[in-house]
Amino acid sequence: MANFISLAEVTCKFGDQACPFPAPGAGIFEWRAITSLNLGLTSIDITKPVILALLCTVIVSVVFLAAFARPKLVPTGLQNVVEVGYLFVRDNIAREIMGKDGDRFVPFLTSLFFFVWTMNVMAIIPVAQFPVSSRFAFPVVLALIVWFVYLYLGMKNQGVVGYFKNIAFPPGMPIGIYPLLTPIEVLSTIIIRPVTLAIRLFANMFAGHLLITVFTVSAWYLLNLTNFVGFVSVIGYLGSIVSFFVTIVLTGFEMFIQALQAFIFTLLTAVFISSSLHAEH
Amino acid sequence: MMILAEITGSLGSIGYGLAAIGPGVGIGIIFGNGVQAIARQPEAYGVIRQNMILGFALAEALALIGFVAPFVFGA
Repeated sequence: MANFISLAEVTCKFGDQACPFPAPGAGIFEWRAITSLNLGLTSIDITKPVILALLCTVIVSVVFLAAFARPKLVPTGLQNVVEVGYLFVRDNIAREIMGKDGDRFVPFLTSLFFFVWTMNVMAIIPVAQFPVSSRFAFPVVLALIVWFVYLYLGMKNQGVVGYFKNIAFPPGMPIGIYPLLTPIEVLSTIIIRPVTLAIRLFANMFAGHLLITVFTVSAWYLLNLTNFVGFVSVIGYLGSIVSFFVTIVLTGFEMFIQALQAFIFTLLTAVFISSSLHAEH
Repeated sequence: MMILAEITGSLGSIGYGLAAIGPGVGIGIIFGNGVQAIARQPEAYGVIRQNMILGFALAEALALIGFVAPFVFGA
């Protein structure tokens, strides 16, 4: 059970009165390898986040394949449900940002949205209880995919020279402002965009998981105080009950944040793609 | 070297507090003006909400970087 590193090292047992509060830190995101794949030169550690990420891929693929393998004109059952999700991405993200041009990118955006969402939702699924996107590598890979896609589309639609010229020298500016504007524009389009895309998703899931863990641990820890007699024990019970309810409320709040972050990730991808399709005039 | 003033303890928390000031003000402005815009022109709800969330995401990133920095660079 104690598969993560930091809390496993806390030696306190329940009812131990001299035990300090085992505050969860960055350690709860470090997992021990369940097994290792040896590839000769290097070896790959299979940890819980890796298994959950593979599970997310399987879930998303299976649901969409089951829904759309034999599509019917009048949808029934699962196809009905999944079509609502597909239409949400098409109408609220792709068409809202890119207009009719967006229809080409709906499959990409839909896969992105549902994959990110499933990875986030793993935070509150019992037994899993770990947001896969709070391991930095997963959002980084997704952001890199988005980065390659919008750079490629920009170079394809505006020409290699034209695209970078449009980034560095946005037309219609007074000539004196370019020394100031060019470094900012180049830096923000090439570097800051993918970096903040990855950090935003990672940091939100990291913070959310940490917050839930702090209140879960404190519900357990304050119950510990009830071994004292009298007033301290009453405080312990009250604190423990409050912490437990805060955990439940936070879980509901996290559900909202998870969907919102998946939405924002996809929305920003659509904005980046849209800026690559047409040069600013 | 003579130390004139020193802060000890959880510097990461202080750093996060400082990092949250700007985005806090920014997010307040974004949603305040967004709600006002929706109240004035309810039929433009879709477009306004889209841009509201976009601006929120960009402002929020700064606060989140402040939250993650202490974990990344050590307390």
